[in-house]
Amino acid sequence: MIVIRVPGRLSLRLHPRALAVGAAGVLLTLAVGVLAVGHGDYPMSPADVLRTLTGGGSPAEDFIVTQLRLPRLVTALAVGAALGLAGAVFQALVRNPLGSPDVLGFTQGAATGALIVVVVGGSSAALAGAAAIGGVLTGLLIYLVAWRRGVHGYRLVLVGIGMSAILTGVNGYLLTRAPLMEAARAVLWLTGSLDGRGWSDAAPLLAALAVALPVLLTCGPALRMTELGDDTATGLGVPVPRLRMLLLATAVLLVSLSAAAAGPVSFVALTAPHLARRLTRAPGTNLLPAAIIGALIIVVADQVALRAFPSQLPVGVVTGVLGGGYLVWLLATERRAGRL
Amino acid sequence: MPTSRLGGSGLRLAYERRIVADDLTVDVPDRSFTVIIGPNACGKSTLLRALSRLLKPAAGAVLLDGEDIQRRPARAVARTLGLLPQSPIAPDGIGVADLVARGRYPHQGLLRQWSRDDERIVAEAMAATGVADLADRLVDELSGGQRQRVWLAMALAQQTPLLLLDEPTTYLDIAHQIEVLDLCARLHEEQGRTLVAVLHDLNHAARYATHLIAMRGGRVVAAGEPGRIVTAELVEEVFGLPCRVIDDPETGTPLVIPAARVRTGSSGGRA
Repeated sequence: MIVIRVPGRLSLRLHPRALAVGAAGVLLTLAVGVLAVGHGDYPMSPADVLRTLTGGGSPAEDFIVTQLRLPRLVTALAVGAALGLAGAVFQALVRNPLGSPDVLGFTQGAATGALIVVVVGGSSAALAGAAAIGGVLTGLLIYLVAWRRGVHGYRLVLVGIGMSAILTGVNGYLLTRAPLMEAARAVLWLTGSLDGRGWSDAAPLLAALAVALPVLLTCGPALRMTELGDDTATGLGVPVPRLRMLLLATAVLLVSLSAAAAGPVSFVALTAPHLARRLTRAPGTNLLPAAIIGALIIVVADQVALRAFPSQLPVGVVTGVLGGGYLVWLLATERRAGRL
Repeated sequence: MPTSRLGGSGLRLAYERRIVADDLTVDVPDRSFTVIIGPNACGKSTLLRALSRLLKPAAGAVLLDGEDIQRRPARAVARTLGLLPQSPIAPDGIGVADLVARGRYPHQGLLRQWSRDDERIVAEAMAATGVADLADRLVDELSGGQRQRVWLAMALAQQTPLLLLDEPTTYLDIAHQIEVLDLCARLHEEQGRTLVAVLHDLNHAARYATHLIAMRGGRVVAAGEPGRIVTAELVEEVFGLPCRVIDDPETGTPLVIPAARVRTGSSGGRA
């Protein structure tokens, strides 16, 4: 641990390993990002990409980078960071490593909103908006059913599983009601995809992140106190019910808007915080590392989806397979360690 | 009448609709080691929860320094009143020093994360509870008694003049129970803190408390110095236990000896 002090005013605590993991994560994400922008029908070398990004490209290159490829990359980064943050917050609130939006039903709620628009008919913007509303409404419902009295742990996970089962059923029904062409589009959306994302897709999520990130980082220390139990945290001066409300609202907003931007990309919210914890070897909640790892996972998964297969895959397929595998591995090892 | 920074009057304590205590009035004398005793479900833990603002009274108010504790900012209260709940949770993989350091939370801020004072106070708290040697160990690896001392160290690091402990000796064997209670007594004497604890064992309470609150059915039956209030009649009234009260040969405090079982049959039970 490194401590930086300005006597009487300021004292900061820094964990070298967490810093190193964070810095490595950011560098790696940026490097993969540069490769991602270079990839496509008009291939560009990393040098060309960097030159274009700093304003030295030809008009054609400029158009390809800033209008076609950069929006997709930025959407991916924002979705990954938002899901990593939301996952870390949910896991801390529920005090359960399974407390991710996929398991708790928020993702399915967002999908229900989107599918209603598919059935009724509407623009992409309406679909995104409906996804956001669906996620927020599901959050509200789960809060009213289970969370108001401060219930957490397995009970909340079980309520969430029930909720997501109901919503999965509703989603299946909605799919059968959708016109065939629209249903195909909906299935692609449901897998989670970054294809054809423009600046307008990224903008709402970026705005939400700009608000959520400072809020979450400010709440970070208090959130870590709640790991000791609600009673201990209250004793230490954390206003637990208010904190839980604020964090829940922020995390639901992030999940809903990232579903609106890229569809319900599965398992990133579950996996990123765990990976962050393992890499930083710091116990408890690590919000910023989780966000960085989340962004890295999506950018890498998107590149795998684009390059490793003859036909392009939606990114959600790759995160689903990787995340699902990781979950099985986690369950197997954690169970052995007697923690789950 | 001794002064009191913490107390409550006209308290109605309830979970949902179930009323545990009504019109309850208590005072915690300053610099006392107050112990609350009573049979199961008499409301003693509920009272402690109300005093530590974990439970909001349905009527009446808990006053801390003359102000309703529920209306004061959470952090300000946490700098005056510390709390060790019955079953605190140690996060997976947390180290002893890290856990004790969390007691400094109410004194810290975003730009004031770890001052020299924090460092010194955490070291002192670990020394006072005898866990300095364990600083680098993981909390998961410790024995029950060691773990309880670590939690006490965390509560001490909070540096509050008032410290509330909910059954700090539960789940410990007899040696560790005495160890924890000796530690509490020392903190009370040497650091001049006001301690409030809920205890199960009447003899422990009578030995360590300077002020005893005996409860039954949500009422305070008696309150005062153990030597003055612990009598066979009181124990019978509070616990429904026939007994004799003698002087503790070690400390001279009251010692409760439960009455022997009345044997059935005429020739004794040995046959």
